[in-house]
Amino acid sequence: MCGIVGLYLKKKKLYNKLGFYLSGMLDNMSSRGPDSAGFAIYNNKEIKKYYKYSLCLNKALSSGFEKDIKKNFKDIIIKSISDHVVVYTSATPKKFISYIQRNFSEISLVGYGRSIEIFKQVGNPKEIVKKFKLEKFAGSHAIGHTRMATESAITVDGSHPYSTGEDECLVHNGSLSNHNNLRRQLIKQGKNFDSLNDTEVAAGYISQKLSENKSMKKTLTECLSDLDGFYTFIAGTNKGFAVLRDEIACKPAVIAENNDYVAVASEFQAMAHLPYVNKSNIYEPKPGVVYTWGK
Amino acid sequence: MGKIENLDFKKNTLRKINNYLQNISYKNNKRDLTVKNPSGHHAICAGLTENISVKINGHVGYYCGGMNQKAHITVNGNAGTGLGENMMSGLIHVKGNASQSAGATAHGGTIIIDGDASSRCGISMKGIDIIVKGSVGHMSGFMAQSGTMLICGDAGEALGDSIYETIIYLAGKPKSLGVDCVEKKMHKKDIKKIEDLLKTGKIKNLKVKHFKKFGSERKLYNFNIDNISDY
Repeated sequence: MCGIVGLYLKKKKLYNKLGFYLSGMLDNMSSRGPDSAGFAIYNNKEIKKYYKYSLCLNKALSSGFEKDIKKNFKDIIIKSISDHVVVYTSATPKKFISYIQRNFSEISLVGYGRSIEIFKQVGNPKEIVKKFKLEKFAGSHAIGHTRMATESAITVDGSHPYSTGEDECLVHNGSLSNHNNLRRQLIKQGKNFDSLNDTEVAAGYISQKLSENKSMKKTLTECLSDLDGFYTFIAGTNKGFAVLRDEIACKPAVIAENNDYVAVASEFQAMAHLPYVNKSNIYEPKPGVVYTWGK
Repeated sequence: MGKIENLDFKKNTLRKINNYLQNISYKNNKRDLTVKNPSGHHAICAGLTENISVKINGHVGYYCGGMNQKAHITVNGNAGTGLGENMMSGLIHVKGNASQSAGATAHGGTIIIDGDASSRCGISMKGIDIIVKGSVGHMSGFMAQSGTMLICGDAGEALGDSIYETIIYLAGKPKSLGVDCVEKKMHKKDIKKIEDLLKTGKIKNLKVKHFKKFGSERKLYNFNIDNISDY
């Protein structure tokens, strides 16, 4: 099973409602994935000079961590929500991430970039959405996932969305059968992986292709020949997101599009609460076809 | 419950609404019912057994009208996976599109889909008539055993793969035919059947001459010793 959702807002006046709409979508998808949930919010509005690092503290001492970070990095803002913190700093990823890895091995970096913020946790999606106060988040687009674990353990490391590059993320409904081979190849090319999860490999693969200056459309088209297994993907960047279903298309997806937004979900019931959804253009993405939205 | 005005998913649960529809007594004269705000819920109108007419105003989720007997169900919207799955008799009419596996394993009755049906439409069907006014997705009619499919648009890859005795009438083009599915010669009874289905579906823009007939070549029916090396 697993439930995936994505929402892309076309009008700026709706940006303040992004979290509110997405929380309803995740809530309605908890039946497809009761084990864990996560979401990525893209907000380009905030201060441009900062990077945002989303960290899961894994119950680690938050006060000691905050003190340490503030001592070692200039201009730091820390936003703390449940067991996650988002650190705003001008420090480059290379510098900041290696510092965290060296000094706080128990903390996991779940995502970073100029726009993205990622939150994920083990437990019932309905509870997780409340803990992170998702309904208060604003932004231009967002992606979410509710997980029914199959390939790897029920941990934060095994939860989606997976972010393997700056402002990139991936959610996945399905399972891949050649991820071990692909992981080995990507490790040789210099990629790092934190888990044994198949989706993380797909995310790493997509990041690798995007870094070779390939477009999202081209990258996802190459997935069709390089990834073995079944999947519906939603892949996000700071510009928007893309949807792909494998050619057998066992895993469901439905899209609703109107002048205000594009909503993608595993099932229609995830979007039934969205305004004017019944009057939208509702269709299923065709197998093996890449759909993209964004600037 | 007990009052028909409460067939509204904003006011009542799926279980209560289905329970009401499944247990309408013969003495009750109320035979025309309307379900409101289905919001993509699963299994709406599953397991109905009486000759009642139910309109559903909105989009439905998985297995709508599953196992239906006798009831006439109209969906004013789209339907999710497994529409009318294992239906026995009656009629389901979807005004929008249907997702995967519409009419899967269904034994009897009729499904009419005004829009498109997605992949695996009529998979393993066992006697139902399925009328699709749009196109169908890949692997439609997979292992279909008996009954009829009438498709006014095109068909995706591998139409009628490993088909048994279901007959498919197709007005558009198949992207490809599945294993053991071939075009067949039309007979008088085919003409009669197509005319009946066009009438049932109220299809006026197409005539018998627009359709081609597809069915089993029956080459998979018996084991062929020449293929032993494939096993």
